[in-house]
Amino acid sequence: MNLRALIETRLLPAILVAAIVIILPMFFPSGYYYRIGALVFIFALAVVGLNLLMGFAGQVSLGHAGFLGIGAYSVAIGPTHFGAPSWLCLFAGAILSGAVAFAVGRPILKLKGHYLAIATLGFGLLIAIVLNNEAAWTGGPDGMNVPALTLFGWRVHGSDAWYWIAGATFVGGFLLALNLMESPTGRALQAIHDSEIAARVLGIDVARKKLTVFIISAMYASVAGSFLALFNGLVTPDVAGFLGSIELVAMVVLGGMGSIFGSLVGAAVLVVLPQVLTIFQEYEQALLGLIVMIFMIFLRQGIVPSVTAALAGWRKC
Amino acid sequence: MAELLQFAFSGLTVGAIYALVALGFTLIHNASDIINFAQGEFVMLGGMTTVFMATAGIPLPLAMLIAIVVTTGVGLALHRFAIEPARGASPVALIMITIGASVFLRGVAQIVFDKRFHSLPPLFGADPIQFGGAAILPQSLVVLAGAAVIVALLWLFVERTLLGKAVIATAANRLAARLIGVDTRRIVDFSFAVSAAIGAIAGILITPIALTSYDVGTLLALKGFAAAMLGGIGSPLGAVVGGLLIGMIEALCAGYVSSSYKDAAAFLIILVVLIAMPQGLFGRVKVERV
Amino acid sequence: MLILEADRLSITFGGVRAIDGVSISIASGQVFSIIGPNGSGKTTLLNLISGIYTPQDGSIRLAGETVTGFAPDQLARRGLSRTFQNLQIFSRMTVLENVMVGRHRHERTGILADMLHWPSVARQNEATRQAAGVALARVGLADAAERPAGSLDYGALKRLEIARALASEPKVLLLDEPAAGCNPVETQEIDRVIRSIVKQGITVVLVEHDMRLVMNISDRVHVLARGKTLAEGTPQQVRSNVEVIEAYLGVHGSQEAAHALD
Repeated sequence: MNLRALIETRLLPAILVAAIVIILPMFFPSGYYYRIGALVFIFALAVVGLNLLMGFAGQVSLGHAGFLGIGAYSVAIGPTHFGAPSWLCLFAGAILSGAVAFAVGRPILKLKGHYLAIATLGFGLLIAIVLNNEAAWTGGPDGMNVPALTLFGWRVHGSDAWYWIAGATFVGGFLLALNLMESPTGRALQAIHDSEIAARVLGIDVARKKLTVFIISAMYASVAGSFLALFNGLVTPDVAGFLGSIELVAMVVLGGMGSIFGSLVGAAVLVVLPQVLTIFQEYEQALLGLIVMIFMIFLRQGIVPSVTAALAGWRKC
Repeated sequence: MAELLQFAFSGLTVGAIYALVALGFTLIHNASDIINFAQGEFVMLGGMTTVFMATAGIPLPLAMLIAIVVTTGVGLALHRFAIEPARGASPVALIMITIGASVFLRGVAQIVFDKRFHSLPPLFGADPIQFGGAAILPQSLVVLAGAAVIVALLWLFVERTLLGKAVIATAANRLAARLIGVDTRRIVDFSFAVSAAIGAIAGILITPIALTSYDVGTLLALKGFAAAMLGGIGSPLGAVVGGLLIGMIEALCAGYVSSSYKDAAAFLIILVVLIAMPQGLFGRVKVERV
Repeated sequence: MLILEADRLSITFGGVRAIDGVSISIASGQVFSIIGPNGSGKTTLLNLISGIYTPQDGSIRLAGETVTGFAPDQLARRGLSRTFQNLQIFSRMTVLENVMVGRHRHERTGILADMLHWPSVARQNEATRQAAGVALARVGLADAAERPAGSLDYGALKRLEIARALASEPKVLLLDEPAAGCNPVETQEIDRVIRSIVKQGITVVLVEHDMRLVMNISDRVHVLARGKTLAEGTPQQVRSNVEVIEAYLGVHGSQEAAHALD
């Protein structure tokens, strides 16, 4: 690859995203904004993962909050019931999510279109049911407290600390995703999206590639879920619920399917909107549904690709 | 034995509702290839609208009628304003649209109605009928009878009317149907309307037994879909049989295994059916053409 | 040496025997054409050979190895690739990226290396890009490399599919109606491309309606009718076979038969 392409495809986006993380706090009028920023990056991390699955490989998951839940409860249950350090539980949760994705994904990723949608939806609800019912471990519907994360003797607390941790992790996850797309695996995934049959006759093991990206996206969600629980200090089964999955999907759709940068935009819009519009909080479900519908009907590309296309057109004029 | 009978009966009752939801799925799918994730919301709308009309003082039969009309209107609107404008969209986009519609309708119901659970008075009293040691609610019989009537009417409609034939033709081959003069867009309109109406009736029938709230739709849709799949997507007979089976399995699971995991039973069935026999009990295998 | 052998292949769809006991054997380096009236099972046979359908009966051998029931990707890794009658383009990707996907079986992938963008991945990407560029140039599409594949016209897409399959460096290349819907100039271009492929030592299995192309280019022609073998031989033998002429004239392929006879 020549230098220019390297700069354009990876260096520039990475610098851009890192700059956003670093510069944004300069405009924060109060500490409260660190909290919102942290939430944006945490969700954006999960959305990048889901975007790899949905936007690039073209496989729907309506149960991705299930993996958010596994990650969240790992850092809740591990330290509480087993006295394990939180950071270890975060990794264990990611591995567990990957393992669950492997076990579940093998059969269900054979399914296409709405069958896959239903199967993943069912899977997500299954996780939520377990979290609700196993009260001895999870505290049931009321949820449980999550001990704070301690790193090298430093007890991580406060929105600004979490802002930097979530921001840095997001930049890392963003880069890994960009790299993946510029690799044989990434090209294979995009090929699968357009024509599975053509991908297969070119020697791509479609089932295995889908499983790979499903596992990766599950691990992204799991880490985000762990962060969310550690940051909030509390976790309830809602994190893994149907609405959570839909919210993630809405973020992908909003930012743009197949646009990794769009993941950040989608997450930012849907995290910030409820904060600035009280009406959004009240009517959350209705508006969430409406956004998904409108984008899928009229703006199927999502915000970032649409804007990019408009800019490119404008530049040509 | 009495216990088993009891479980079986409650299973059949909810199963009849799942069967109606599955029928709704089947109707829309056959006419348009779309899986309507908002099918469960039709059931919710039927129940909730009746409850709130009745609370507002409108006589129950009229309230039911209004609920059916309103839901039918919502079904039509869903097709006209969300599905039609997205013609030619990928299956994934269409899935997202109906999912969006489902969440939207939940959200609206939460605003227009409320977040609490509601019930309706049973049509023929609440005194259980004793049968072989099992206690059967009169409303259960109403549900079963209602479901049977709907299935019979649908069958008659398809077999005996020209419009019914057009629906069958559209389901078999949309292009061919259009070529012989069937207005397939109207057929899809019609299938959305009828699906919505069936959903609303199911909601009205079950509310005296199972309670309703703004968010019951998702689970119902999933179980209805599980039923449709168990029976074989596209087969109306399969939808009915699948619905009753899912209801039975769920009731037996609740009775003998764990009631808190009864919802899980339906999903496990979905997964098993999808993986082991994707064509379902009465469906046909599809051949991929390239 | 026989590169591809199919022995008494059969498959039934809904009671119809789409392919009924068809045997073929193809020598390495040949152009082997499969012709027949519409609905005679040509594409179905291709789908069986390329692993998209699994035969209910019979066996397939590729370069001496029994590969009956193998998945398309397993066959591809053994050197069998194909194009499609109804185009299967990766329309979201650029023309070059489409062809890069064709290199997949020659690429080493490791998910960790890919995500961390190891230097080896970067080097390999560059090699893939170059090889893809060469394949594109062979079908005359080098200029279109950076365009979105979806924006090409029909004839170019046909050639793009060939380039993509070529990039996988197959031993056997199945072409499903490469000239269908092409104008005479485009057909000539396809003809040229096929000849250059053969020159490289790749065995070509061709399903095609354009009889002029078939008769010009083929070493052997296999004629199917209603899922069964009607005749096989050199173009001359097939051209003068009475049964073949009848099959074409009897069905709606009369035009093609006229071509076949000239």
